Amino acid sequence: MAKRFLMGNEAIALGAVHAGVNVVSGYPGTPSTEILETIAKNNKDGSVYVEWSVNEKAALEVGAGAAYSGARALVTMKQVGLNVASDPLMSLSYVGVKGGMVIVSADDPGPISSQTEQDTRHFAQFAKLPVFDPSSPEEAYQMIQDAFELSEQIGAPVLFRPTTRVCHGCASVDVKDEYEPHKPEGFVKDTMRWVIFPRTSFLNHCKIEKRDPELGDRLSDYRFNKLSGSGRLGIATHGISYAYTCEALDGCTDEYRLLKISTPNPFPERLALEFLKGLDEVVCIEELDPVIERELIFLCGKHGLNVRIHGKLDGTVQPAGENTTESVKDVLSNFMDIKRNEQKLPEPPEMPVRPPVLCAGCPHRASFYAVKQATRGRKAVYSGDIGCYTLGNAKPLDMVDTCLCMGADVTIAQGIHRVEPDTLNFSFIGDSTFFASGITGVVNAVYNRTDIILIVLDNSTTAMTGHQPHPGTGVTMMGDVSNAVSIEKILGAVGCTYVRTVDPLDLSAAEAAVKEAAELTGVRAIIMKSPCIAVSKPGALFGIDADKCINCKKCIRELGCPAIVLTNGRPEIEKSLCYGCGVCAQVCPVGAIGK
Amino acid sequence: MNNILLCGVGGQGTVLASKLIAFAAMEKGLNVRTSETIGMSQRGGCVVSHVRSGEEICSPMVPKGGADVLIAFEPCEAVRNLAFLKEGGALIVNKKAVKPVTASLTGSAYDGSEMIEYLEKNVPSLTVIDGDDICERCGSAKVLNIALLAAAAKSGQLGLTVGELESAIRKRIPERFHEMNLKAVRLAAGET
Repeated sequence: MAKRFLMGNEAIALGAVHAGVNVVSGYPGTPSTEILETIAKNNKDGSVYVEWSVNEKAALEVGAGAAYSGARALVTMKQVGLNVASDPLMSLSYVGVKGGMVIVSADDPGPISSQTEQDTRHFAQFAKLPVFDPSSPEEAYQMIQDAFELSEQIGAPVLFRPTTRVCHGCASVDVKDEYEPHKPEGFVKDTMRWVIFPRTSFLNHCKIEKRDPELGDRLSDYRFNKLSGSGRLGIATHGISYAYTCEALDGCTDEYRLLKISTPNPFPERLALEFLKGLDEVVCIEELDPVIERELIFLCGKHGLNVRIHGKLDGTVQPAGENTTESVKDVLSNFMDIKRNEQKLPEPPEMPVRPPVLCAGCPHRASFYAVKQATRGRKAVYSGDIGCYTLGNAKPLDMVDTCLCMGADVTIAQGIHRVEPDTLNFSFIGDSTFFASGITGVVNAVYNRTDIILIVLDNSTTAMTGHQPHPGTGVTMMGDVSNAVSIEKILGAVGCTYVRTVDPLDLSAAEAAVKEAAELTGVRAIIMKSPCIAVSKPGALFGIDADKCINCKKCIRELGCPAIVLTNGRPEIEKSLCYGCGVCAQVCPVGAIGK
Repeated sequence: MNNILLCGVGGQGTVLASKLIAFAAMEKGLNVRTSETIGMSQRGGCVVSHVRSGEEICSPMVPKGGADVLIAFEPCEAVRNLAFLKEGGALIVNKKAVKPVTASLTGSAYDGSEMIEYLEKNVPSLTVIDGDDICERCGSAKVLNIALLAAAAKSGQLGLTVGELESAIRKRIPERFHEMNLKAVRLAAGET
């Protein structure tokens, strides 16, 4: 054993490697991304196959095929990715696997970097699959190994659900020095097993319903499901909230009966009943949905126990958002003498808000600006998508009118067009998102003869999640350079009436292309191609000539670049932030901005 | 237990600073937990890093009123996170404001000075660092995090001495950057 300082995601990755994982697939998504990246980084001998798949559905199916063949497979994604992968997931639950298969779906209470506060524990109940819920990086390292073992024992995939504070928290973790590689048996043909049919599904459903209560009973003895303390007040919790609860109780954990649930499905009923026995009241401290709370209420009804269960359902705990040690203290102060220890500070001066913004030099700013200028005075709706470019919604660009989920920009624009045929309907999609789920939407538009203008924001990377490669880059996680897939050729092949590639940093060329496309009908596509500043070198920095500047502030009013700031009422370029994109120089009406 | 909170604006280098503190604490045989802001906020939004070291640590997050040291890379972010500082805790703040786009757009005069005034009135153990000046003298904007760490080490509450910080830099940062970072340490730790 060696002590290593690891981020939760790194601990999950090393745990999987030490469980002998053979095949790893996934799609980037905060807070899950570093798991797959860590495995790729620790794979110098290439003994593990690692890929970023085009989307979560593809990743899950690649993992399933590998597990059918006896390999140990890990699939990683964020919680909304599990929605994309839900079709194969639901069926795979019935079909099962041969090699251990663990699907990591990282949840994001807050949400901090997500569209929803959905709870993967519900998905586990819905899909009838076991789920592990780690409360720290140390536990995650151990638990992912347990998950592989359980998956192989029961012949079914297993879900693993960390949350952001476990994924992005670091701790010193004891890790193994050596591990046994897992040798896959290979695919063995068996129609009754690998081909899903109504009859086999009926039989498999019966097996699952028999398995789960037995498994729940077995998991009552699982090492990370914990029951401790005594007294007539119980606290039931899970995941990172367990850490907050222990801290809030400040060493007095023995005075209360404390239940930590690490396997919320199948629910460890026997352990929970032992917890409930003799209690008057229980407080459930959970993030996202009241999963444990409902299970305990159900158990009280089933066994006629007279225990009052408090939590989200009766308003004791906040319904949404993250828990903190302070919020847990506030909840527990209704039941015990516990205090927060904050100083009262005088009212601070008004603080400027600081929402995330497109970086200085980001080519998306130029793309949005070019489209905005080209459509000035025309009725237009701009549908956006998931990625850095969602930030194009902020003023002064104000160029994202809708954003729903991955790939939806293309199809939402089509729906709006059906109601408002006279409106110019623009759809903005990033390169990685285009491959993930944009292509089918474009085919839908061509087939159904829709008038939309597709703007592909191609910055040659998956920027928001930390610059992962994708099919358009041709770089793989195994270190090879494969065939880069051409977005332009795809758009031409599916029948777009107009396909152009322009550099958005050349504002007049980009504007001209948009104007040209706007005069045509059908599905028109413009690829705005310019690399993300994180994967390119900065150009010569720009400055404002104070003698020429007429202080009209057009650069600030129209671009919203973080490198252009007001100093003593006049615009100034902050050298440490400028990336030399030169867009402001093209916008300045008097040519006061130059290198 | 020693609790440190670092706060600033995405891109300022809080993550590397928190890693250095964590590594130095681990070298002393302490347990360490940290928590980082990774994701959307890294694009110029507010970011916070928590570093806790000691015998037994439950949560990776510093509770409000629990930070021994608050290291603020930006004046407004110092005020925004001041509730984390414990009574008598040390605050190290960089003087230079990072003006948000929203402030420039609304023509707000925000330049950080009113934040520094507020901190001077309300925080007894305050160190204001002229990060811009140190960065200029070291020839890189990237040494801001090291300069702030050095000032924090000098406060005596970081749980790590200036010498230990220098040794952590030598061990954890590529050699070609040693000189400029060590210069930043000297400038910041000698300044107050």
